[in-house]
Amino acid sequence: MTAETEGRVYNVGGEDWDEVVAAANEAGSEERLIVNMGPQHPSTHGVLRLILTLDGETVTELRPVIGYLHTGIEKNMEFRTWTQGVTFCTRMDYLSPLFNEAAYCLAVERLLGIEKEIPARATVLRVLMMELNRISSHMMAIGTFGLELGATTVLLYGLREREKVLDLFELITGLRMNHAYIRPGGVSQDLPHGALDRIREFLRVMPPLIGELRALLDANPIYLARTKNVAYLDLAGCMALGVTGPVLRATGLPWDLRKSQPYCGYETYEFDVPTQTTCDAYGRYLIRMDEMEESLKIISQCVDRLAAKRPKDDPVMIDDPKIGWPAQLAVGPDGLGNSPDHIAHIMGQSMEALIHHFKLVTEGFRVPPGQVYVPVESPRGELGCHAVSDGGTRPYRVHFRDPSFTNLQSLAAMAEGGMIADVIAAVATIDPVMGGVDR
Amino acid sequence: MTSENVPDTGGQPDPAAEAGADRLAQQVERTGMFGTGTTGDTSGYGGLQVRRPDPLSTARPYGSYFDEIADRLAEGLERDGAAFPEAVSRVVVERGELTLHVPREHLVAVARLLRDDPALKFEMCLGVSGVHYLWDAGRELHAVYPLLSITHNRRVRLEVTAPDADPRIPSLVTVYPTCDWHERETWDFFGLIFEGHPALTRIEMPDDWKGHPQRKDYPLGGIPVEYRGATVPPPEDRRAYS
Amino acid sequence: MGIEEKLPSGILLTSVEKLAGYARKVSVWPATFGLACCAMELISTGGPRHDLARFGMERASNTPRQADLMIVAGRVSQKMGPVLRQIYDQMADPKWVISMGVCASSGGMFNNYAIVQGVDHIVPVDIYLPGCPPRPEMLLDAIVKLHDKIQNMKLGANRVAEIEELEQARLRRLPLAQGSGYLGIGAPGPTLLGAGPARPDATHAELGQSEPGEQS
Repeated sequence: MTAETEGRVYNVGGEDWDEVVAAANEAGSEERLIVNMGPQHPSTHGVLRLILTLDGETVTELRPVIGYLHTGIEKNMEFRTWTQGVTFCTRMDYLSPLFNEAAYCLAVERLLGIEKEIPARATVLRVLMMELNRISSHMMAIGTFGLELGATTVLLYGLREREKVLDLFELITGLRMNHAYIRPGGVSQDLPHGALDRIREFLRVMPPLIGELRALLDANPIYLARTKNVAYLDLAGCMALGVTGPVLRATGLPWDLRKSQPYCGYETYEFDVPTQTTCDAYGRYLIRMDEMEESLKIISQCVDRLAAKRPKDDPVMIDDPKIGWPAQLAVGPDGLGNSPDHIAHIMGQSMEALIHHFKLVTEGFRVPPGQVYVPVESPRGELGCHAVSDGGTRPYRVHFRDPSFTNLQSLAAMAEGGMIADVIAAVATIDPVMGGVDR
Repeated sequence: MTSENVPDTGGQPDPAAEAGADRLAQQVERTGMFGTGTTGDTSGYGGLQVRRPDPLSTARPYGSYFDEIADRLAEGLERDGAAFPEAVSRVVVERGELTLHVPREHLVAVARLLRDDPALKFEMCLGVSGVHYLWDAGRELHAVYPLLSITHNRRVRLEVTAPDADPRIPSLVTVYPTCDWHERETWDFFGLIFEGHPALTRIEMPDDWKGHPQRKDYPLGGIPVEYRGATVPPPEDRRAYS
Repeated sequence: MGIEEKLPSGILLTSVEKLAGYARKVSVWPATFGLACCAMELISTGGPRHDLARFGMERASNTPRQADLMIVAGRVSQKMGPVLRQIYDQMADPKWVISMGVCASSGGMFNNYAIVQGVDHIVPVDIYLPGCPPRPEMLLDAIVKLHDKIQNMKLGANRVAEIEELEQARLRRLPLAQGSGYLGIGAPGPTLLGAGPARPDATHAELGQSEPGEQS
């Protein structure tokens, strides 16, 4: 705080909310209200608390309070092996779990120095899953955006589409969310039979469904009135506040890590980076719709690459037995588990394989000391993983630079001076996921 | 060690002995093969001492665009009257990433140069990441700032250290406003005080929380779990194979 | 039976408790306390595929004053605990709580400083629903079980007696580690964990006879 301030100075120490509100209310003008949009509120973006100072309907000051979902994931990962860390980090940004996993695994692989040895098939599968996740995340973002503006139909359309993606996830990884599918060294298992046909079917039905949503919203006068020129943040603001993702691309800058600093072979795929120049909520909505269509293009290219006959030695996990998770899995009568072939191999045929399996599962692999920072382009912006290793089997420190955490800082810049309803729209266009914000 | 067993080097200094002495002079990072001291481990690995090698320092040339960054930074520093070796104590290039270790007094100046110089133009700071090296006496708390240049499509990393006894680092909010919440988070989790920050308060933990949870001397805080007749200890008490 | 046969058609006989239970169960209004990943599955349950509206529950009341059911969906952090309790207190009786997911039921995979190890430390829970996150079908199963419970809830003096009885049963139950007999799990022993699925109807004594070395 600066030394010279106008008006009264309040010292806030915590747990004295009532006193502060009473003092502010009696000192200020009678029309100024301090309103708390508490952590439990209808916005489905999670437990975000907004403290608004209102002058009538206009918001003069906005302060977001976060931390209501702080889980200590980063500290918890220091007590688990490198592979077990995947199951933790996947629950951070729970709408895009595969991106969390990808950022973390790319960081671990860079620390291990095995970036070039990840099998091609595993890389293509990673891209496929990430793009599917982008679609499901954007569908949820647009769905909840509509819900918060008061249009329940948009939510139901979005959820219906999202269910199709979750069906694919369940088919391929076994889970609808929080998959732990991408692991250091590759992915946990290959596509099951019939998966490619299901994905092709998905690619066939999605464009008309996205078209339905567009037909409902793109030129809808109520929607335009609620989103045009709402939550304005220009390029200078984005740069200063470190905002990335669709919010940055809505200012006209075509910055997408998949094109600028490609990872996982993204430079070999053909796709565009949608950009708008309006810097407002409507522009961000259009970008998200366009990004879904671009993702469909990428998925179709992935399917073509995967459709090549899979020979016996087209693995999805790195060949190194001291790192690659021994995850030959199969569906048995009691669910997914170690395949009988793998059990027969380690119990009957190869002592080394048994030892490797045992050591990898109990102790984990050792990662050479050092630190890396690996970013990926998640649906919300740049998701970076800063991993520090001390040479052991557990991460020494893992920190995730979550895009929602940084983007949420810009909420005050977007919403102050507008009306309360625009605050909701602003939160929705940033599309924060509080699990990622609080970690 | 008895002198009969030492090989005769003819008066030359023994390189093996020197290397051994260097190694013994390094700081001990951790002791024992198995993580916690409560496992009743009788393997004999409890006396193992893992020593930390000296901090890395890469010599020129650094490769790819790192040399250019270092050169332009050196020029800019000289224009402002500082010297490159003072302002950047160590340069580390590993795994294709450049890390500049900056003493905390020079942090704001270096960051401002990196942001404003037209050939450097690191417009975006991607936050602050704190790391706590409990064993590294005098340099326990590290703050890592990844920077991104969209104009030149480059990345660089600044690393600043502070001792536990005096955990202060100048704040970068005036240079990169995005560091606002990141610095609050690092204060919350590590106790690093960012001087010049407008409102350094807790952001993730409750306002009246005591302690800084992500420090290495703060416990994980788990409780034992009962499951089907057995009790499973919390993660920090289980056997670890670090 | 007697009187029902003699009534003209179009008249049903029931009890006040059953009627009240039926009315309560078909229009439960959830105060969705969606916190984390489980909230996404909760929203999906309200979506078109797993339709919550067929139970009369799609009208999620965002104000707790009008809500009946609090579905705690997600991990509850230390900062959120007081908020959870406040929302629960703001709900009017009768109210129920489903703790959805393992994080709400027991702290889940996050056994650390930041997460409350089970919301039953803060609010009384009626149905615990495991899963990480539980599928929408699992949530619907939990809701159906809760409807069952609501339907069979007693009123008035019967309710007071019911509460007393449940409380006594809970107080008498031993923790799992000392052999509660729940699900046939007796006192811990080395062979127990490898004994295969526990027989739900096995009593403590039966299981005790089949184990060679029983510990006290």
